[in-house]
Amino acid sequence: MIDKFRADVMSVLEAVSSGASLAVGGFGSSGRPDTLLDALCDLDRRDLHLIVNNVGSDFTGVGRMLAEGRIRRLTASFPVLPEFYDEYFAGKVEFELVPQGTLAERLRVGGSGIPAFYTPSGAGTMLADGTFALRYGADGAAAAHMPRRETHDFGGREHVLEYGIVADFGLVKAYQGDRRGNLRFRLSARNFNPLAGMSGRRVFAEIEHLLEVGELRPDDIHLPEVFVDHILLASDTSPKQPMITR
Amino acid sequence: MTETISTGAAHGLSREGIAARLARDLRDGYVVNLGVGIPLLVPRFIPDGTEVILHAENGVLGLGPPAPPERADPDLTDAGKQPATLISGAAIVDSAMSFAIVRGGHLDVTVLGALQVSAHGDLANWYVPGKNPAVGGAMDLVAGAREVWVVMEHVDRAGRPKIVEECTFPLTGRRVVTRVYTDLAVFHVAGGQLRLKECAPGVRPEAVRERTAASYAEDFSA
Repeated sequence: MIDKFRADVMSVLEAVSSGASLAVGGFGSSGRPDTLLDALCDLDRRDLHLIVNNVGSDFTGVGRMLAEGRIRRLTASFPVLPEFYDEYFAGKVEFELVPQGTLAERLRVGGSGIPAFYTPSGAGTMLADGTFALRYGADGAAAAHMPRRETHDFGGREHVLEYGIVADFGLVKAYQGDRRGNLRFRLSARNFNPLAGMSGRRVFAEIEHLLEVGELRPDDIHLPEVFVDHILLASDTSPKQPMITR
Repeated sequence: MTETISTGAAHGLSREGIAARLARDLRDGYVVNLGVGIPLLVPRFIPDGTEVILHAENGVLGLGPPAPPERADPDLTDAGKQPATLISGAAIVDSAMSFAIVRGGHLDVTVLGALQVSAHGDLANWYVPGKNPAVGGAMDLVAGAREVWVVMEHVDRAGRPKIVEECTFPLTGRRVVTRVYTDLAVFHVAGGQLRLKECAPGVRPEAVRERTAASYAEDFSA
């Protein structure tokens, strides 16, 4: 019988080596897989390329990784944490800034067998024209820039070519998961999680509630087990309440 | 940059007043995305009987009012990461579908703040060089929404016009703005050109002209 549940987070995450690229779910701290991120810090993994929408607003989760100097490159739309920018301007971390919808689609297509796509988002801006600093030098000047995007005219409008992201690993947080790896998310904690699961070649999912196979109804599975390799329990399983107001 | 303008005072609308003026133009059934700042003041002024569905970038269609602290749920936030609620009939989607809604032309209006708007409807609202760059969904929103309505103070804190011939701050999008609501006036962009459609109560067209650094036509026709 297929059983992807693993009780020992640390031994499973041994597979993630320093230098790896990680597609990470979450929007701020909502739906962010902090159990997995903490475990990678505890395993002393470094030189990581994180693909995640935000660093967050404090030193938990991705913020902890930053504070401990474990991030080589961040691909994100809205980092937030001021200390991230201190590291960026000091040349200690690379920053690939991507429109949020482009980031989501790059993760989705990366896991969908589509190498690249055209989008109108960012056309005619410094995120597409090769002038945004990817990395600063020790002298405070830009040492490398994000590449200039190829463009194409569709219907009289400029579009930019964006590449799909296939990450070495995907880190996902879900509300429920069964032992086969089928996942169900809850409310807006879904956000980037299904996409991080699609982008990663090998995917770890931390879940709040472990279910037996068959307990999730087929119509309620948001990310099917083919995208998920390992299921682990999230350390945070605080009770939730319904929020419909009218 | 232009020098601070010191010609006569112009007492226009408050931030709430700008939001209320914009809210009068929302139509029943519109699907709308609201940015941070003055845009978040808009919902309280939507007229009774006008049903507007709010979209949030993090995957909410049918966003309700902010959640009171005792009902905050870490699994339900708005795009500003604040505790949120849902209206009855709301839908939750992942971030890729959320931006399919945005880019695919399924938003009637996106309401955004701005650093600058140009004479041709270019928008700069994501980055002040020297500060911390972050873009979020702004470039997707202006690329995909059917209408892009800017709400902002007419001049910056130093009194410099924010409506300018060409933006000096980095662009969010070219020729994307369709309307501008400020404390002094409402502009529409038609045929790639700004048109002054109305002045706030008690504000003369000359006062708007003095505080605007872009060419525009006056067009007070309905």
